[in-house]
Amino acid sequence: MRFELTHYPIVKTLLKNRWLQLLVWLLMLAGFLFAILSGFSGTPVGNRNFGIVFVWIAWWAVLILVAVPFFGRGWCAVCPIPLPGEWLQRGAIMDPPAKKPRWFNLRWPIKLRNIWLQNLSFTLVALFSIVILTTPKVTSIVLAAMLFLAIGMGIVFERRTFCRYICPVGGFIGLYAQAAPLELRVKEKQVCLTCKEKPCYNGSSAGYGCPWDVFPGGITKNTYCGLCMECLRTCPYDNIAVNARPFSADLAKPSTRMDEAFKAFIMMGAAMIYAAIFLGPWGNLKLAAYSVGSLAWFGYSAAFLAIIFGLLPALFLGVVGAGKALTKAAMPLKKSFIAFATALVPLGLMFWVAFSLSFVLTNAAYIFSTISDPLGWGWNLFGTAALAWHPYLTGLLLPLQTLVLVAGLLWTGRTAQKVGTEVKISPIPVIIFSTLITIVMAGLLL
Amino acid sequence: MKSSEILSRILVVGGLLIAISAPFVAKLVGAQGTIEMHGRMAESGGWAPDVIQAKTGVPLHLRLTSEDVTHGFAVGQSDIPAVDVLPGKMTDVTLTFDKPGTYTFYCTRWCGIYHWRMRGKIEVSGDEAASPQSIGSPLYVTLKLDIDALHPAAVTPVGIPDAQRGAQFSTLLPAGSLAPDYYRSHSPAQTYLALRAEPALAALSAVETWDLVAYIWQSNTTPGALAAGQKIFAQNCAACHGETGKGDGVFAAQTNALTGKSPAKFADPASMLGASPAVLQGKILRGGMGTGMPSWGPILTDQQTWDVISYLYTFQFKESNK
Repeated sequence: MRFELTHYPIVKTLLKNRWLQLLVWLLMLAGFLFAILSGFSGTPVGNRNFGIVFVWIAWWAVLILVAVPFFGRGWCAVCPIPLPGEWLQRGAIMDPPAKKPRWFNLRWPIKLRNIWLQNLSFTLVALFSIVILTTPKVTSIVLAAMLFLAIGMGIVFERRTFCRYICPVGGFIGLYAQAAPLELRVKEKQVCLTCKEKPCYNGSSAGYGCPWDVFPGGITKNTYCGLCMECLRTCPYDNIAVNARPFSADLAKPSTRMDEAFKAFIMMGAAMIYAAIFLGPWGNLKLAAYSVGSLAWFGYSAAFLAIIFGLLPALFLGVVGAGKALTKAAMPLKKSFIAFATALVPLGLMFWVAFSLSFVLTNAAYIFSTISDPLGWGWNLFGTAALAWHPYLTGLLLPLQTLVLVAGLLWTGRTAQKVGTEVKISPIPVIIFSTLITIVMAGLLL
Repeated sequence: MKSSEILSRILVVGGLLIAISAPFVAKLVGAQGTIEMHGRMAESGGWAPDVIQAKTGVPLHLRLTSEDVTHGFAVGQSDIPAVDVLPGKMTDVTLTFDKPGTYTFYCTRWCGIYHWRMRGKIEVSGDEAASPQSIGSPLYVTLKLDIDALHPAAVTPVGIPDAQRGAQFSTLLPAGSLAPDYYRSHSPAQTYLALRAEPALAALSAVETWDLVAYIWQSNTTPGALAAGQKIFAQNCAACHGETGKGDGVFAAQTNALTGKSPAKFADPASMLGASPAVLQGKILRGGMGTGMPSWGPILTDQQTWDVISYLYTFQFKESNK
């Protein structure tokens, strides 16, 4: 069941238009640079600083509550980080790329063509997150590092290797984009098979070859398509479509990759640990997470790593093994483990939505005071600088979070069922596992 | 290169330059003539800047903000009301100085153990004479007192001397006993011993003589001065010396750990009654004594210093005009 949005000429024209995209990029890049600037030159008080408030409250809210659940990699389509590097790499913003590459144009190493590095980069950010999220200068350093890394990698390697293999955000957006009701696909596979030049991958005078190193004709899931719309511009046969589709369409086909399976555990575990640190009543835990470099922090980090890389996957392995034993299935345990990890995608996403709701609604008031005085220099641009802090929708928060968690559990249950049918293993133990872990998350959140 | 490419490059570069430079341009244009001052706890740098130049009669505009906790801002030896300096917020203050000289500004909130080190200077130049600190040498200097020496009281009373009870014997006092010069240069214990040696007072008991000493101390202050002294004490001294003068303020333990010495206990008669107002003035003005005692000379006015000294003795005496 698909509904082709590019069927409407107006939609297609807007999506193909480079000026519109550039305009959005410019706005985003200006905001991004301003966020970096505000961390270095603005007030060091987190909740008064544009960088902290607009990146970790406003942007994060839009990303996790709207962009990822409804548009999948929609954020990647407008993310400003690759813009400067890509300009350097291509030697152009609008013009067709030069015939000869300008720089090294290396292929990304085959061994690293997976999301393990993204798992690592996310974990690294996660370990320092409480400091990054509260200290404007550290936020700026992280944002600037991402920008410079993207530029550097754009010079050394071909295409958007930073986005595809390094970006800590891109990794989980890709994972959860599978659940989104929006996709880019080819209309007729046969057309692509018979197409000789494959300008969607190789580029043409109409546009650049896929920056994400994806051949559109082969796309079966959203994970690695950045929705940059280059193939929509380059396809000579008008064979590219942007479709609306049912939620979680990609999840019907279980994953076969261990890196993706672990991404699911990292995300789910991180959401739970964050709920404990940021919303829990444990002052010592908070302090340990904050005191980077201290013995307590090393203890916290060890526990963090043990939970996301050890405890959760080990428990899950046991659960999948139990299901296998129940149905006497032939599929190897490793493959079944990876397949069933796909079922955790909706639950992980909903954990993040539920967790984010609490701190976004609590802190949204800072958006209004910060927009009037973004650097804490005593400005009052829109007359809202002195607006007092107060949490929004406090009465709705708990019912909303409960609803989100229950929806996530049902969604994961249904996905587990589908995976079970596919791999012929009983999904019951996985569903019980998901229920228990949802109860733990509910206990941490509510 | 197509024109679209040129235009897009101009847009990207121009747009970004504007995004980055706009705030600084706005700051330069908008904040002319205003000095932005950031407060941090003394151990992380104190005030920045900590020396400011000003001219007499020309308003000095300051924008104050804190980079960590709540601080306060006040200028010593002036009647400009103190303001709070809050993290992430700007507080505007305008100061105008009548007289040239070096003024000390300081933090008025107990922001940490080194709170009192959060100070800076305003150097005010101008043609007018008389600087704020041009009073002559303080008494402890002219009297050549060693304010670092211990000053145990040779004798202490039983119970709390009561000034009101002492008032009934006031007619018996030798001439000059109530004079400020006498009060300031003698400790209560010295005064007691001097009174005991007076033949006219030979009939008085020890308790009655101590009451008379309390009366002398009360006569050298006023209810208004005691109230002012109490306020200064609560704001500036109680953090270490304690609300009740027992040397048990909120920072006392940390000060002990740091200097190995505890804050003076004004409630302890053995040392307090051995101290003359001149000695106390010296300690307050100069500070030090191998303890964490700050110097209050640049901050308190002469009157304020005597007010707080007279208040300190109320930890020993019952003064009815309190």
